[in-house]
Amino acid sequence: MKLSELTRPWSAFSYGFLDESAKREIRRRILKAIAVPGYQVPYASREVPIARGWGTGGLQVTLTLLKPDAVVKVIDQGADDSVNASSIRKFVSRVGGTVETGDTTQATLIQSRHRIPEEKLREDQILVLQVPNPEPLRPVQPDMSVAREMHADADYGQLWLILYEQLVRSGRIMQGASYPSMVNGRHVMTPSPIPRWDVPKLNRADHLTILSAGREKRIYAVPPYTSVEPLVFDDVPYRVEDHQDKACWRSGVRGFFMNELPQEDGSSLYELSDSHFGIKHIRKAAGEAVSIGETWYRNGRMAR
Amino acid sequence: MNIHASTSRAPAPVLRVEGLSKQFEMHHLQRTLFAFDNIGFRLDEGEFILLTGENGAGKSTLLRTLYRSYLPRAGHAYYHTREGVIDLAAAADVDIAVLRRREIGFVTQFLNARPRVAAEEIVAEPLRLAGTPHAEALEQARRWLTAFGVKSQLWPAYPSTFSGGEQQKVNLARALILPQRLLLLDEPTASLDRDARRALVERLAELKASGVAMIGVFHHPEDVASLVDREIRLETIRIADGADDVAE
Amino acid sequence: MTAPGVAAPTGLERQPPRLMLARPILTMRGVARRYGDVQALAGVDVTVYPGEVLGIVGESGSGKSTLLRMMNLEDTPDAGTYHLALAGREPAGPDGRNLFTLDRFQRRMLRAIHIGIVYQNPHLGLRMGHTSSGNVAERLLIAGNRNFAELRQRAREALEASEFPVARMDARPNTLSGGMQQRVQLAKAIALEPAVLLLDEPTTGLDVSVQALVLDTLKRLQRDRAITMVLVSHDLGVIRTMADRVMVMRCGEVVEEGLADQIFQDPQHEYTQQLVHAKL
Repeated sequence: MKLSELTRPWSAFSYGFLDESAKREIRRRILKAIAVPGYQVPYASREVPIARGWGTGGLQVTLTLLKPDAVVKVIDQGADDSVNASSIRKFVSRVGGTVETGDTTQATLIQSRHRIPEEKLREDQILVLQVPNPEPLRPVQPDMSVAREMHADADYGQLWLILYEQLVRSGRIMQGASYPSMVNGRHVMTPSPIPRWDVPKLNRADHLTILSAGREKRIYAVPPYTSVEPLVFDDVPYRVEDHQDKACWRSGVRGFFMNELPQEDGSSLYELSDSHFGIKHIRKAAGEAVSIGETWYRNGRMAR
Repeated sequence: MNIHASTSRAPAPVLRVEGLSKQFEMHHLQRTLFAFDNIGFRLDEGEFILLTGENGAGKSTLLRTLYRSYLPRAGHAYYHTREGVIDLAAAADVDIAVLRRREIGFVTQFLNARPRVAAEEIVAEPLRLAGTPHAEALEQARRWLTAFGVKSQLWPAYPSTFSGGEQQKVNLARALILPQRLLLLDEPTASLDRDARRALVERLAELKASGVAMIGVFHHPEDVASLVDREIRLETIRIADGADDVAE
Repeated sequence: MTAPGVAAPTGLERQPPRLMLARPILTMRGVARRYGDVQALAGVDVTVYPGEVLGIVGESGSGKSTLLRMMNLEDTPDAGTYHLALAGREPAGPDGRNLFTLDRFQRRMLRAIHIGIVYQNPHLGLRMGHTSSGNVAERLLIAGNRNFAELRQRAREALEASEFPVARMDARPNTLSGGMQQRVQLAKAIALEPAVLLLDEPTTGLDVSVQALVLDTLKRLQRDRAITMVLVSHDLGVIRTMADRVMVMRCGEVVEEGLADQIFQDPQHEYTQQLVHAKL
């Protein structure tokens, strides 16, 4: 038995790395996810050359949506320059022949982990969010087949019960990231581990958001102009992080989501979490001709 | 089975008993105990019938059968409710339950006192169930407790801790607080002192005057002599097989 | 409809013309259920009237708990019908419909809003890791209440009505005594004023003194709020304290049914006589 008998003749990879049947399946799943906003559509998650848990779900969606004139931005916790974000971006441009960018306003396709850019996305842009755990009911229902029945029945009382318990025990809602949110008044989804700050950006947005969990094999979506409401009590309003008054130590910009940098003396410095947004501000201050897009937040408040 | 009320001034009937019989089937003893057989009588509004007979003649059993604590073996007891005639011997349990709440009272010397309920609350309960506001029901309850000679210190206490005589007074106050249509009296004076007996007889006279029909067994019939319209004597039934024991 | 073995009513029809002084709130007809070789219920009829306590008594294996599970729509019988009168309430299932034909969602909503239950085992009825008030609030949440202050207030009221010390309303049930856990279950069950309150051996396993206190609370609730209750117990003392009417069950059948005082003072069926005389 020879190796040549066991292997097929070498041929080039498909465009965008994934084979055509995989892309066709994922496209169909995406269409279904768009048709039923917030509903988790199962799909056959493929192997991609990064490890499970490092954004394989997001990457498969990105690869499926690639076309040669796509402009791709990849961010990790707001940063374009982390190792993981750079690797994914480079891989995508290599298998898709696409243009890489860090500028939110230039990108047509944005894959992100844990953040939504501060600049407002448009109708012609698609946001792909990497999701580690797509099931908002997991904390209350370990049995996933029961959880699916609960989604079918819109049986979400226990999620409010968790919020009730947090209010009773801590006097405030402790849920930070992955804040469970009602999509289109029907399905509760986890918006992936984005901070509370970012959840309102999904509500009635101009852009399409696709959320994909590679390990858990689920795709769900928030189509444009679809309501996304964080679960709250009528008399306990939704609160975002208190970053309104914080100023970025590098750019001096105020009123956006910050990374906290603890200092030796116990104090903290803050810098913009959306790194390229900060860079644009620094360049503009230095006199470069930089265009900064419209932002969701103005003066630290959601502008609507 | 309908009884047509006569158009004359004759008193309206409350109860008409026909051929009522009771016996107890004791399965484990494979034995039948006879209590009474083929009893018939009529009781009108405002009428008071005294039941007499030897111990074991079935006087109490008859009252309990009319109240349906016992199931009769045969016969009828047509009771004229405010809404129509019903045979107490055959009526559905739920109808009996409703009648007990609204129209038919049973007064006995035994109190089934519930723990942790104050005496005044126990007495007020029938009024409250009939829709009287709490404060008013309590006020009436206290009036009756006073009438029966229950000291005010005892009103908020639990009757389960009372002496037999005091328990009995609470029981009577409760049983008589609501004007019924038919009162079944099973030795209500048995363990009462003289003052309480007098209060009881006064209340019974009041109820009789208001049209309540009563039938009862009394340990001291002379107490109620002024109220009695008629007397019915029950004869002891000997058991057919010759054994000499009798029911109850 | 007397079971075989009932001796008394020769020539006496026990299904009489009704005056209809009361209309039933719950009716079950011909409910039968078989588990493998065991006929757990062999065509049982139940009628419950508003504001009454129906006691169901029998030994373990008599089918009384199975029957209660049917009332709570936890299981579907092989045959039979089930109707609840939900007058003046949002109908969860179309009125007049056999509730056994409802789908899972309709059953869940009916159970969540119109039926309250207290289990013998508090682990079945409570989330031990959550606060007591949260356990009560959950029922209000399922019914759509989304106001935190109101949830607190209504949970507090329900716990107060169950004579639970409200200072401990935010304690976890697993830090409470058995009697207190039953009170939390009770508060949860009555928080929405159910059409019927199902009690499955609610005081079994409690100390006698605690049992008396819990029964007393139930009595008060029944008196003050006219809550309709179905109480299942193997304990004749409990049934005698609580019930207005009693059903005696054995081997999946009702052997005798009657007013509580009649069942205890003049039991007709041989089995009931044994039961009553063994206990008294």
